[in-house]
Amino acid sequence: MPPNKKPAPTTDPAPDVLRDLHRRMVRIRTFEVEAGALMESGRIPGALHLYVGEEAVAAGVMCALRDDDQITSTHRGHGHLVAKGGSLDKMFAELFGRSTGYCKGKGGSMHISDLTLGMLGANGIVGGGPPIAVGAAFSNRYQGNDRVAVAFFGDGASNEGSFHEAANMAALWQLPVVFVCENNGYGEFTPQRDHQRIVDVADRAAGYGMPGVIVDGMDAIAVYEAAAAAVDRARRGDGPTILECKTYRFYDHVGVHGMRIPYRSDEEVEAWKLRDAILALETRLAELGVLSTDDAASVHAEIDAEVAAAIAFAESSPFPEPNELLEDVYSVEVAR
Amino acid sequence: MTAAAVSERQLPYVLAITEAIAQLMREDERVFLAGEDVGRYGGVFGTTRGLIDEFGERRVVDTPISEAGLLGLGVGAAATGLRPIIEIMFMDFVPIALDQLANQAAKMKYMFGGTARLPLTVRTMAGAGMSMAAQHSQSLEAWLCHVPGLKVVMPSGPYEVKGLLAAAVHDDNPVVVVENKMSLGRMAPVPEELYEIPIGSAYVVRPGRDCTVIAMGRMVSEATSAADALADEGIEVEIIDPRSLSPLDIETMVESVARTNRAIVVHEAVRFGGFGGEIVAQIQEHAFDHLDAPVARIGAPFSPVPFSPVLEQHYIPNATAIVEAVRATLGRGA
Repeated sequence: MPPNKKPAPTTDPAPDVLRDLHRRMVRIRTFEVEAGALMESGRIPGALHLYVGEEAVAAGVMCALRDDDQITSTHRGHGHLVAKGGSLDKMFAELFGRSTGYCKGKGGSMHISDLTLGMLGANGIVGGGPPIAVGAAFSNRYQGNDRVAVAFFGDGASNEGSFHEAANMAALWQLPVVFVCENNGYGEFTPQRDHQRIVDVADRAAGYGMPGVIVDGMDAIAVYEAAAAAVDRARRGDGPTILECKTYRFYDHVGVHGMRIPYRSDEEVEAWKLRDAILALETRLAELGVLSTDDAASVHAEIDAEVAAAIAFAESSPFPEPNELLEDVYSVEVAR
Repeated sequence: MTAAAVSERQLPYVLAITEAIAQLMREDERVFLAGEDVGRYGGVFGTTRGLIDEFGERRVVDTPISEAGLLGLGVGAAATGLRPIIEIMFMDFVPIALDQLANQAAKMKYMFGGTARLPLTVRTMAGAGMSMAAQHSQSLEAWLCHVPGLKVVMPSGPYEVKGLLAAAVHDDNPVVVVENKMSLGRMAPVPEELYEIPIGSAYVVRPGRDCTVIAMGRMVSEATSAADALADEGIEVEIIDPRSLSPLDIETMVESVARTNRAIVVHEAVRFGGFGGEIVAQIQEHAFDHLDAPVARIGAPFSPVPFSPVLEQHYIPNATAIVEAVRATLGRGA
C-alpha cells in the first residue's frame, strides 16, 4: 500500500531534539501518573482521561511544531498541553478546580487550554476539534502567516461526521492542517474491530485526496520524523495529511482502573507496556550516547520535583468565589 | 426619533443584508463571509449577491454542503483572530452544526476561564410561508436562547436587519442573526451609512395605551396590521419588538405593561416551549401587580410546518389571531 507505508528511516534527529522528546514524554508521564493517583484517591474531582502510554505521540508531534503553531485536542488532552509547553502549576490547579488554574476552575480536565501557546482546548466532544483546527488553518492562510494547525483525534472520532467534514474541507482548500490520529485501539471501551471495518484510519485519507501516513506511535523518533514531514508539507502550502499513530493507553478510558469492567485482557495491556515508549527512547538515547542513564534519572528527578511543586501550588490555591460563577459567560457581561 | 425615521432611502430586507455585509467587510479586513453558495451564486435568497465581485474568493467563501465543518471553520477562525460571518442557509440546518455552535462556540470563553474571544456571527434564514414544508421553514430560536454564551437576535425589518448585523459582527461573542425569508422583499427606510442597533435593546414600534403586544421577527408586521384594524375600533395597541431575544430587554416590556396592564406575546415558532413562555414568565415576575388579565401567547400549533399553502396559512400566526387575542385580553368578544 504505497501511500500508507511508514516513512523511510532517516538519520536520527539532532541530540537536542532527542533530549527534548524525552523530557516532554517524561513530563507527560509524571504529570499523568500523579493526576491519576490524585483522582482515584478522591482529591481531584470529576473524570480524568489520562494519556499514560501515548506520550510518544504528543511529544513527537509537538517537537515538530513551532511554538506559534496551533493544536486542537481531545478529551484525553493533558498530554497535548504538557507537550506544547503548558504550565504544570496551572494545569494541576485546574484539575483541582482552583481559581489559579488555566480556566479559573471553570473548565477542568476536559477543557484545559492555553490559547497563548496555540493550544485551542481539550474537548469534551469526540470529534469536536477537527473542524476548529480547519478554522485555525483557514485563519492562518487568510492572515498570511505560515502557521500550521494540528487536529488530534482518536480512532473513535474517525467515525464522527465532523472529522470527515473537516478532512474534506482541509483537503479541498489544501489548508495547512495535520490530522493526527491517536489510534489506541479503542473507542472508549469498544475495540476498533467492533467500531469500524478498516484497520488503518489513514486509509480514509485517500477518500479526501490527501496522503495518509502510518507510524508506530510507541516510537517517539518515528512520530517526530513523520510529523515533521507532514508539518513541513502543510507549511509549504501542499495541504493536509492524516498521520495515524498506532498507540495504546495503559490506563483505563477514565482514571487509572476505571470501573474495573473487563473489556481488554491483562495480557494485551502487559504486552503493550513492554513497548513503553519512554523506556524504548531511553534505551535508544543511551545507545546513541545522547542521554546516559544518569542523565535520564536527572530528568526524572527534576520533573518529579516540578510536579510535586505544581501539586502543592494547586492544593494551596483558593477555590473560585461563588460570585465568579457568572463571569466570562460573555465577553462583556450581560445582565439577565 | 430613530435613524430610520429620518432616512429617505427605502431598501428591501434582502438588500439591507447585502449592504450591511459589504460595509462591514470594507471597514474590517478580518471580516469574511463563508457559506454554501454565498459566493458565485450569491446565496439562495440573493442576500450575498455581488459580494464576491467586490471582495473575491478569499473573503467570500463558497463551502461544501457541510454545516458542521462550516460552523467549525467559523469557530476556529474566530478563536484565532478573524471575525467570521457564517451563513447557515436555512435555520432548519442549524441542528446539523449544533455541536459547534452550542458546545464549542458558546462555551469556549467560559470553559477556558475567559481567555477566548469568539467574534462569530451566524446568519440563518427562518420562517414559514413559502410552502417549503417541515425542513425548510422552522423558527428554532428558542433552542439557541437556552444556551448561555450565545446571543440571539431576530430582525423584524430592513432597518433592523442592517443594524443588528452590524452589532453582531462588532460583538466579541457568538451572535446568531435569525433572518426571515418572508421579509426579504419588505421595504423600509434604511440609512446608507453603517449603524448599530444595540443587542439587548427592545424598541417600541408603536405606542398605545390599551394592550402591549410583544412581537418577534416578522410577527411585528402582523402585529402592526392588527393594531391598524383595532385602531378603527378605538383600541390602542402598543407594539414592542424585542429585536434581541438573548440578551432580553425585559425592562422595556415591563415598563409598557405597567402602563397598559395587558400583554400578548407573539412568535411564529411553535407555541409550546417557545420563547414567548420566557417573556411571559418574566413579565409576571416583574409586573404581576400591574396585570389586569393573563398574559396571552400566540404561536404556531404543535405540529411540523405543513406543505400545502392552505394548511400553511392556517399554521402561521397572523394579524387576525392577534386581533382576536387583543379583544379577548381586553374582555371584549369579537
